[in-house]
Amino acid sequence: MTDLADRRQMAYIAAQAADARVNVELEAEGMNLNIGPQHPATHGTLRIVVQLDGEQVIAADPMMGYMHRGYEKLSEVRTYPQVTTLINRIDWLGSFANEVPFILGAEQLMEIEAPPRARWIRTVLFELARIANLTLFLGDMGVQLGAVTPVFYAFRDREYIVNQIEAVTGGRFHPNFDRIGGLKDDLPAGWIADTKVALGEIRDFCDQMEDLLVGNEIFEARTRGIGVIPADVGLSYGLSGANIRGSGVDWDLRRDSPVGQGQGLAYNEVDWKVWTHPDGDSFARYWVRLQEVRESCRIVEQLLDGLPSGPIMAKVPRIIKVPAGEAYVATENPLGVMGYYIISQGGLEPFRVKIRSASFSNMSITPWLLKGAYVPDVITILASLYFILGDIDR
Amino acid sequence: MPSADAEATEETPVDQARDSLLDALSAELGDALVASHRVPGRDLWIRLDTAAWGDAADYLRNRQRFRFFEWLSAIDWLPSPFGRSHGAVVDEVDTDDTGDGDDAEAAGPVTGANGFTGGDTRFQVFARVYSLTTGIGLTVKADLGDDLTVGTWTGSYPGADWHEREANEMFGITFAGHPGLRNLYLPTDFEGHPMRKDYPLMARLVKPWPGIVDVEPMPEAEEGEPTTGSPDPTAPPDVKGVGTEGPGGS
Repeated sequence: MTDLADRRQMAYIAAQAADARVNVELEAEGMNLNIGPQHPATHGTLRIVVQLDGEQVIAADPMMGYMHRGYEKLSEVRTYPQVTTLINRIDWLGSFANEVPFILGAEQLMEIEAPPRARWIRTVLFELARIANLTLFLGDMGVQLGAVTPVFYAFRDREYIVNQIEAVTGGRFHPNFDRIGGLKDDLPAGWIADTKVALGEIRDFCDQMEDLLVGNEIFEARTRGIGVIPADVGLSYGLSGANIRGSGVDWDLRRDSPVGQGQGLAYNEVDWKVWTHPDGDSFARYWVRLQEVRESCRIVEQLLDGLPSGPIMAKVPRIIKVPAGEAYVATENPLGVMGYYIISQGGLEPFRVKIRSASFSNMSITPWLLKGAYVPDVITILASLYFILGDIDR
Repeated sequence: MPSADAEATEETPVDQARDSLLDALSAELGDALVASHRVPGRDLWIRLDTAAWGDAADYLRNRQRFRFFEWLSAIDWLPSPFGRSHGAVVDEVDTDDTGDGDDAEAAGPVTGANGFTGGDTRFQVFARVYSLTTGIGLTVKADLGDDLTVGTWTGSYPGADWHEREANEMFGITFAGHPGLRNLYLPTDFEGHPMRKDYPLMARLVKPWPGIVDVEPMPEAEEGEPTTGSPDPTAPPDVKGVGTEGPGGS
């Protein structure tokens, strides 16, 4: 296949590499290792340059920007309804959840309130987006640690939820369904019964994951005590979502913000619980997300049972013109706290949109957290922090 | 409306919390607190003197227990010289005033029912912190002088590191005392600061956005409509779909 010159070239490269290894061992100097941008643990194109001393990380420097799309700049030249198309692509596994805080912020500025049915359906879709997103994490965490089976179950069972989202919105991943003042459409006929079947499948999936991973000796050995984040450190780095609840902080914007409690989303109408874990390690983060998926199933089921009737759209002007002002609305998205700071100067387009995405802050702890970790644990820690590249780079 | 009663009873304690917080902040910060704005039951803004910005982080985190760092970024108040906000308030102000669109003072501070907007200078840094004990979020702002330099928050909130790097590359703001102010997203040799309003969005300059065509013929229809709709849960179901036919709706 290859001619002689090629083989000589390859032998030369191999010899060079061997020399480099020997040098590292002899001189015990730091070695730089690139993890990514194409490593499977990086969910896209995150590159982390780690400086190693033997097997141990002495410095880690994440390099972002491979997927920076400039949504904050692009939002400034688009009308409010057009912006939702962009922000769908931030966290692409739970897209509907991205739209909600932006729409709620615009509604707050326009002093419009969505009718109750729209609020309930929004909450249902929000939770379905969370299930679709976190389901993939529950399987993906296994594959990062060498257990290949769970990820196939995850992709299979996530399909039930994605199909339900598609049945309502027409989009599997980018629904673009939320509107200022309500929703684009009502639920299709027979959807509620189908969704309950799908939720049953997700419950079974959670049990399977618990059987396969939680309690598995290898899984526990590789996650327990790995990547421990103290609560106070996590908060000052801006960690949110399951990452901070895994450190024992009992804080969830679904329960603790007025937006989650009726002014936009209807979590106050159902009986549910915020799960926390005191350990703060990778296992705790996995366990919290596992419980959150189950809790989401409970929330959706209760919401579907009590869905109020009525219109799904408030009276809004034909042309969306947002009065001058500033508003910040954050919600508890699958990855953590996501918020939009919208500055309007009374036009059709936002003057400035600051996007607070969860993964950006969640990942900003990595230089601190990876220090002292061993190379295999780097993968565990990255997987358990659970980031989506679009959510970091925006 | 039953929910209005519930809101009214809930709002009072939250407001007291924000009032007392604002009192404490103005007592501690003194003259450094340039301005403040409060939307009852919803949000609180304060504007600080530039010199007090760096030390404010320590005070907010350790004395006022704002443990959770949400984000930090910057605003460029320059009205965009390129095709943008059609019918925005700032456009009208600008044409009345000088017409050249490069004086930031044209858009002075506007304090309305919705919040608090505008600044005295062109650039403004703003950040948000959140207190888990009280459940109150606080937006902190500071107007920047011509040197575009402000103290860093990384000493108190290490999470501000990446946010300040982003603000540095996107707006050209220097954070004094930051441990490594390198580019975060952009290549190292990138020239310019893309989030500034006078940095052109080339795609828009080459080809105007086709969506604008949908917007232009409609203003006469807008005259008859109220600018803000009121929530009306009892409205008949035929209001469904209103607003979805607007720009970008279909």
